[in-house]
Amino acid sequence: MVRAVDSVSFDVAPGETLGLVGESGCGKSTVARCLVRLLDPTGGSIRYAGKEIATLDPHALKPFRRDIQMVFQDPTASLNPRLSVRSMVEEALMLHTKYAPKERRARVEELMHEVGLGRDLLDRYPHELSGGQRQRVNIARAIATNPRFVVLDEPTSALDVSLRSRAILLLENLREHHGLSYLFISHDLATVKYLASRVAVMYLGSIVELSDTRDLFAKPLHPYTRALLAAVPVPDPDAKRDDFALAGEIPSPIDVAPGCRLRGRCPLAKPVCAERPPLKEVAPGRFVACHLASELDA
Amino acid sequence: MSESLFVSSSTALTLMWQRLKQNPLSFAALCVIVLIATAAIFAPLVAPYAPDATDATAALESPSWRHPLGTDEYGRDQLSRIIFAARVDLVVAFAATLIAVTIGGLLGAILGYSRGWADMVAMRAVDALMAFPAFVLAMGITAGLGNSTTNVAIAISITQIPAYLRLTRGEMLRLREMEYADAARTVGNPTWRIVLIHLLPNCLPPLIVQATLATGFALLTMASLSFIGLGIQPPQSEWGVMAAEGASQIVTGEWWLFLFPGLAIMISVLAFNLVGDGLRDLLDPRMRGVR
Repeated sequence: MVRAVDSVSFDVAPGETLGLVGESGCGKSTVARCLVRLLDPTGGSIRYAGKEIATLDPHALKPFRRDIQMVFQDPTASLNPRLSVRSMVEEALMLHTKYAPKERRARVEELMHEVGLGRDLLDRYPHELSGGQRQRVNIARAIATNPRFVVLDEPTSALDVSLRSRAILLLENLREHHGLSYLFISHDLATVKYLASRVAVMYLGSIVELSDTRDLFAKPLHPYTRALLAAVPVPDPDAKRDDFALAGEIPSPIDVAPGCRLRGRCPLAKPVCAERPPLKEVAPGRFVACHLASELDA
Repeated sequence: MSESLFVSSSTALTLMWQRLKQNPLSFAALCVIVLIATAAIFAPLVAPYAPDATDATAALESPSWRHPLGTDEYGRDQLSRIIFAARVDLVVAFAATLIAVTIGGLLGAILGYSRGWADMVAMRAVDALMAFPAFVLAMGITAGLGNSTTNVAIAISITQIPAYLRLTRGEMLRLREMEYADAARTVGNPTWRIVLIHLLPNCLPPLIVQATLATGFALLTMASLSFIGLGIQPPQSEWGVMAAEGASQIVTGEWWLFLFPGLAIMISVLAFNLVGDGLRDLLDPRMRGVR
């Protein structure tokens, strides 16, 4: 059996953005899909405002659908080619609110304004929109019912670089304005650094480090985080760089060796790493899953 | 709700229409279908005689200015009969297609979306039904139900349901994994809305192609059933019936009685096939731009 995600545990406070980073295939999207219950987790628990939602049946889940939304990675694939912008944005209101048609229309127009799209786009179809506009429609759909928590699954990775910063600013504005909480999934460390107040780093299906964003970027404690940050290109050729690198490739999750999952690639590996390191708090609010974290700190 | 469904499918139709206009053969075929349908609708105005008006003085006349397609042994005008026959032929062909596309499409969508044991059982039933010769099946059904016009339409639709069912199911298996299906689930759509409003409209293009091709085949099946006496019954004008009546007169030299109903069948079926082929080429991404 393949465990795509194993021992992942985190919380998101109201109004907070938690960044979730890691390379492709490490299980970030699986975590996201479990949170919005597109996938049923085989174990563990997901609590929203104190209520367990991991095991709710579709009917009992419906009220939570209003509060927990998701913006998908591919703005084109996540819009139905046969539905107009209006019907997609309006749908959530139709399903979750008792608005009269007129109120619904007004709310849809308000939403379009909020995400920076003109009213004239409402009767267009996805293929008539640009990539940036499509992602804004996705965002409008996700925030239509005033959710409390939005999962952003790499919302900017499919956008042109020029559009990315504008999308990020929009998301940040919406968060401030509506008091949203985000789980921001990305492999773009620069955006994570900008948006997230805390960051969780995933490797091969588990969280290896969870920390305040500033601390994490200033001083990564887990060897994997350190390698990840060292791999970010720096525009200044004279800058002093950490040339910390991992050996080899990410192993297949089908046959993960016991012990620390990074053991085979980690230049610092010691015999103690044959035992699986727990995610433990090494400083207030700072969690690392590495036996050597205290030595790295020194 | 249904409004959005209509808006969306109408854009698909507009697109098809625009592309179809660029394919001269298919467009000509479409014109032929429209022409036949118009003639059928306005048959009393278009036809020179009543279809069952007998004229003993003009029995078995070969084509002339008075009777462009000749007359039969009772002196009935062939052209008028063929025009009136188009009514029953087209209505039954369209009705059979509509029944089959509705039932096959809905069942296929539900089975493809839900998968599971019901899908397994249904698909084996479809395999069995498709392994059975369609014409023999239609014969059996009309023989069993009795050969009224309604029963002929039902029999033909039953033979065609499996094709639509399999097609829609296959599309649905693919579409249910699309990211926009996930998005619809996340928004909180109940399953029926995901299937009917979000995914089924996306199955429409291949279904329309299949339906166009199958309408021609439905017409052919009905004419064949009537030809062997299991479809529409004389004295009603129907192309298969007329061809059957005319066939017995070939040996005595009245060739027009067989030829013209046969041509009517051939031209109509060919027209539906050409339109269907044209639509299929247009919708097949591999064919796009290859003109």
